[in-house]
Amino acid sequence: MTETEPALLSLAHLTKSFGDTRAVDDVSLDIRANEFFALLGPSGCGKTTLLRSIAGFEQPDSGSITMPGQDGKPDVDLRALPPERRPINLMFQSYALFPHMSVEKNVAYGLERERLGKSEVRSRVGEVLDTVGLTDKAKARPAQLSGGQRQRVALARAIVKRPRLLLLDEPLSALDRKVRAEMQLELKRLQHEVGITFVVVTHDQEEAMSMADRIAVMHDGRVQQVDTPVDLYQRPANTFVADFIGSSNAFQGTRQPAGVDVPGLGLLPGLPGGDGTGEAAVLVVRPEDMQVVDADRAVLTGEVLDTQFFGGRSTIAVAVPGHAAPVTATQQGTADVVRGARVHLAWLPDKGVVLRAQE
Amino acid sequence: MEPVRRVGWLHLPLWLTYVFLYVPIAVLVVMSFNASKTPFTWKGFSTRWYGELLQDDLIRQGFINTMIVAVGATVIATSLGTLLAIGLNRYFRSALLEAYALTPAIIPDLALAIGLLALFALVGVTLGLHTVLLAHVVFGMAFVAAVVLARLGHADPSLEEASRDLGAGPVSTFFRITVPTLMPAIVAGALLVFTLSLDEFVIAFFTDGPSTPTLPIVIYSMVRFGVTPEINALAALLLLVSFTIVISAQRITKLTDAL
Repeated sequence: MTETEPALLSLAHLTKSFGDTRAVDDVSLDIRANEFFALLGPSGCGKTTLLRSIAGFEQPDSGSITMPGQDGKPDVDLRALPPERRPINLMFQSYALFPHMSVEKNVAYGLERERLGKSEVRSRVGEVLDTVGLTDKAKARPAQLSGGQRQRVALARAIVKRPRLLLLDEPLSALDRKVRAEMQLELKRLQHEVGITFVVVTHDQEEAMSMADRIAVMHDGRVQQVDTPVDLYQRPANTFVADFIGSSNAFQGTRQPAGVDVPGLGLLPGLPGGDGTGEAAVLVVRPEDMQVVDADRAVLTGEVLDTQFFGGRSTIAVAVPGHAAPVTATQQGTADVVRGARVHLAWLPDKGVVLRAQE
Repeated sequence: MEPVRRVGWLHLPLWLTYVFLYVPIAVLVVMSFNASKTPFTWKGFSTRWYGELLQDDLIRQGFINTMIVAVGATVIATSLGTLLAIGLNRYFRSALLEAYALTPAIIPDLALAIGLLALFALVGVTLGLHTVLLAHVVFGMAFVAAVVLARLGHADPSLEEASRDLGAGPVSTFFRITVPTLMPAIVAGALLVFTLSLDEFVIAFFTDGPSTPTLPIVIYSMVRFGVTPEINALAALLLLVSFTIVISAQRITKLTDAL
């Protein structure tokens, strides 16, 4: 998934309103061939509307959805095509398996619409059922399957068409926790195996972080940031992304060349400084970058409110005078401080991310 | 399921209720095999009245007329009622429009009958089986629409979208996905229309022509001169037809549910 990979799908200035609500607001995105792309955001952020617009079940008010042509062919304008003629398949959140058909009939449905020969349909259905490990359930009805098996049927039904792009709407939300972890790995394996570009819609940041090559974070119908999981986490573009991806400590103040000047706490180190000195800014520090240090290196000093042990790591909550919310620090193993102790906290300047304040 | 609580004395009112419900039907069936000409004294077993029934031209013609109306009304009302329900569900989500679609099922038969007769007179249509058929389609459609709308209420709208997504056009989606998933409701609606039409009297009486009486009208005119054992036999046969249809339709819906 290099930068040079060509775009498979281009969205430009896409806007869709329902009444007074702008569900999708001027969204421009490029999905690259063969990548695992995630649209991540809280419910109501417009990610599902965006997905349904790509599949053809919503008509955008303005903007374009195109697939750049290959080998000198002209671009394909998807907005001119009905859903059944787009080279795209969608896996529905409810899976939408046809209840009156067996598993193999469900999977064969899309191929029969292409008027392929009977033997080819049969062999491709057999192949894809083998890929998802459901060969022995071919004659079963959807009602006789478990949640995880239904999800595999829905996936098989979508990939058997060999679409260039597969859209997945909250593919794991209907599964319980344990099956979900298995299916995360399974989806990734399948994506590599079948070589189809995946676009997954999810509200679960851990799911997006663990599966996707790139993530678009959406909020209020707008794309906030498009980046790799690591860059999203380490270099959030704004306070919404910083807050939504993982947990973080946020300090409000004014931007200075070497960080953010926070009233009552002084100058806290962070990057990038420089530009826009004096404007309202927020300094974000991840809990795992917050270190407990000796007094002479202290940036912040406070009293331990609580420690929580999570198996491999522990979280320390520290009440810092002058800062309303407790500051959290994560340590490997068990915490080496006790409740009520006085601790000094610091972080490396490049671990403090300075962002413009949003109202 | 909760375990059934045992309350011994409640058996008595229970069985009394069932006696109240089924004794009239049992009497009817038993008396249809009575050899006596008077309907209230038992003179031994006989199938004589069933034989006479089959000889009766008036009854045979009435039965044929009724079947024409019932089958025709079922086919037309089921098709139109299903389309009405799907259209209302898909394009016009209005409680008021839905209520108007279902009203013919609940307004008094007498009102519907008089209204239809007035309309037919106004337009100048000659009365006959075709007007009875139209009249039965009116209330039949409402019943079918009600049953199908109820099923559409908890159907997954993404089934049709999935079909489109997999490459099926709107027409193909309708016949391969929409109709099969609604089939249990469509069959239930059709059954309802057929059984209602089979013994419908009030509306048929008002909208029928004199030369083509339906079976209920034939029976009515016979009963005016006293109940004969022949009528008992006829009622017992109607009972058999209704039971057969209800049971087989239940089998069919179970079958389509399982499919």
